[in-house]
Amino acid sequence: MDNLIGVYTIWYRDVLRFWYDKARMFSALLFPIFFLAIFGSGLQRSIGMMAGGVDFIQFMYPGIIAISVLMGAFMSGVSIVWDREYGFLKEVLVAPISRVSVAVGRTLGSATVATIQGIMILVLAPFVKVSLSVWMVLALLPLMFLLAASMGSLGILLASRIKSTEAFQAIMQMLMFPMMFLSGVFFPMQDLPAWMSFIVKINPASYGVAAIRQVVLGNPPESPFSIYLFGHAVTIWENIMIMAAFGVIMTILAMWSFGRQE
Amino acid sequence: MPEHIIEVKNLVKKYGQLTAVDDISFNVNQGEIFGFLGPNGAGKTTTINILCTLARPTAGQATLNGYDVVRQQNQVRHSIGLVFQDSSLDDRLTGLHNLRFHAMVYHVPVSEREKRIEHVLKMVDLWDKRNKFVRTYSGGMKRRLELARGLLHYPKVLFLDEPTLGLDPQTRNHIWEYVLELQKREGTTVFLTTHYMDEAEKATRIAIIDHGKLVAMDTPMKLKRMVGKDIITVRTDDNTRAAEDIQSRYQTEVRHDGDHLAFAVDNGEEFLPVFIKESGTKIASISLRRPTLEDVFLKLTGREIRDEEVGDSIKEHLRQRGGRMSPH
Repeated sequence: MDNLIGVYTIWYRDVLRFWYDKARMFSALLFPIFFLAIFGSGLQRSIGMMAGGVDFIQFMYPGIIAISVLMGAFMSGVSIVWDREYGFLKEVLVAPISRVSVAVGRTLGSATVATIQGIMILVLAPFVKVSLSVWMVLALLPLMFLLAASMGSLGILLASRIKSTEAFQAIMQMLMFPMMFLSGVFFPMQDLPAWMSFIVKINPASYGVAAIRQVVLGNPPESPFSIYLFGHAVTIWENIMIMAAFGVIMTILAMWSFGRQE
Repeated sequence: MPEHIIEVKNLVKKYGQLTAVDDISFNVNQGEIFGFLGPNGAGKTTTINILCTLARPTAGQATLNGYDVVRQQNQVRHSIGLVFQDSSLDDRLTGLHNLRFHAMVYHVPVSEREKRIEHVLKMVDLWDKRNKFVRTYSGGMKRRLELARGLLHYPKVLFLDEPTLGLDPQTRNHIWEYVLELQKREGTTVFLTTHYMDEAEKATRIAIIDHGKLVAMDTPMKLKRMVGKDIITVRTDDNTRAAEDIQSRYQTEVRHDGDHLAFAVDNGEEFLPVFIKESGTKIASISLRRPTLEDVFLKLTGREIRDEEVGDSIKEHLRQRGGRMSPH
């Protein structure tokens, strides 16, 4: 019970902070919109219609949802490093709640915030001529949350190891950009050079992007947008399983690592 | 109820090759103000960190409120309140939010929560500012908010690690008023580290720590009596001759301190008129000083703890705020 209250309190603080940080809310929305507007408008014509009668912006849109979730989730790691820098982490670490509750509360908090950021992108659907049914939205919510939680625990794992803000930011950039750009958001998986295709396949974010795209565009697993592992087109459930497995491993590692800090 | 609120037995903490705390033992009584005095890096903060479960001892034992600080961390954490050297507030939330967060993690009953928050905020004069974001607070206001937060869950022991470092004298006095009032009214035990000697004077007992070892522990009065005598500082036309004179006539050791001479006598107030009358050299200035904790410190460690130490520690303080937090 104590631990549940701890998890809830940590979660509540994250959400409260997000609510009061209007600048962060706004910038979270801005970045993905830039991507949609700049890449979309720039490449829309030269690319033309893609498989399944989808245009480039419609193709990119599910990926943009995933990216905004991804960026929001990574903030959980950044905010732990900030908390350490500004001293608040000490208040949390001497509080009578277990380290595991802190890590779990943090993961859930950032996942919630990231999901809200994803929902904000969902509102743009009519502008890119994607029609979302209520069922789609209901399916997207847990998907976004799962993606956010697994990426968030990766961020927490890193933050519990890397103590300096500078080093953490450097590593975040090194991780975040490849994870964003090599996750199948901006180009379909078919006909990629072997090295790129390899990176996309080992990038856990790719499976989140693929699953979200499968929900939004409703494309069957054999579509050219799917990830092919050893000649097999990964289905939506398999995507979810891969993401969940990654998330569970990261959460366990994050809890273990966070629990050990002095 | 344990006999002593804090019991420390043969405590050791090593960081690699460095021994930060070297086999110290002491007890703190219920309701007293216990002062920890020592230069930077003496092991004060490390000891506090162990007592409040932020660091694990390499060897030895410590209990707080009867709970073991390693095996019963949660009970220990419930028993303590902390005001750190560095701010540990969430400055992106309001003062009220910070206190609510604290009340929640320390399980202050919901029915009492708002009442207690109002009480502590009024005590530190921040009730009017409760809905302002902490980042808009001044340094003194932040420290007062931290103090209020430290008291919210009625801790048995309140740790104050350099609670007034870098604050102006007026704010320092304010903070002390609150702490003393609380100690008197609630019987809270206060565990204090400080550089300021006048603050250390407020302690019931003082432990002096140097190089990780406890070098003395007693009431401020008794510690000062240990140094014993009153100190006369004098400047004359011919300090060399005066020094010889004093040494032979009063059988006391004379120390050269810049262009002043300093020596110790038993009863300074009665000694002064005699000395002035008997002096063979012309006296330019003279002063009498009762021993202070500073003298005790100097005698025990051979070093001064004074202004330069404080200067350093403020620099250190700023460095830590700007850069990464130190590992201990």
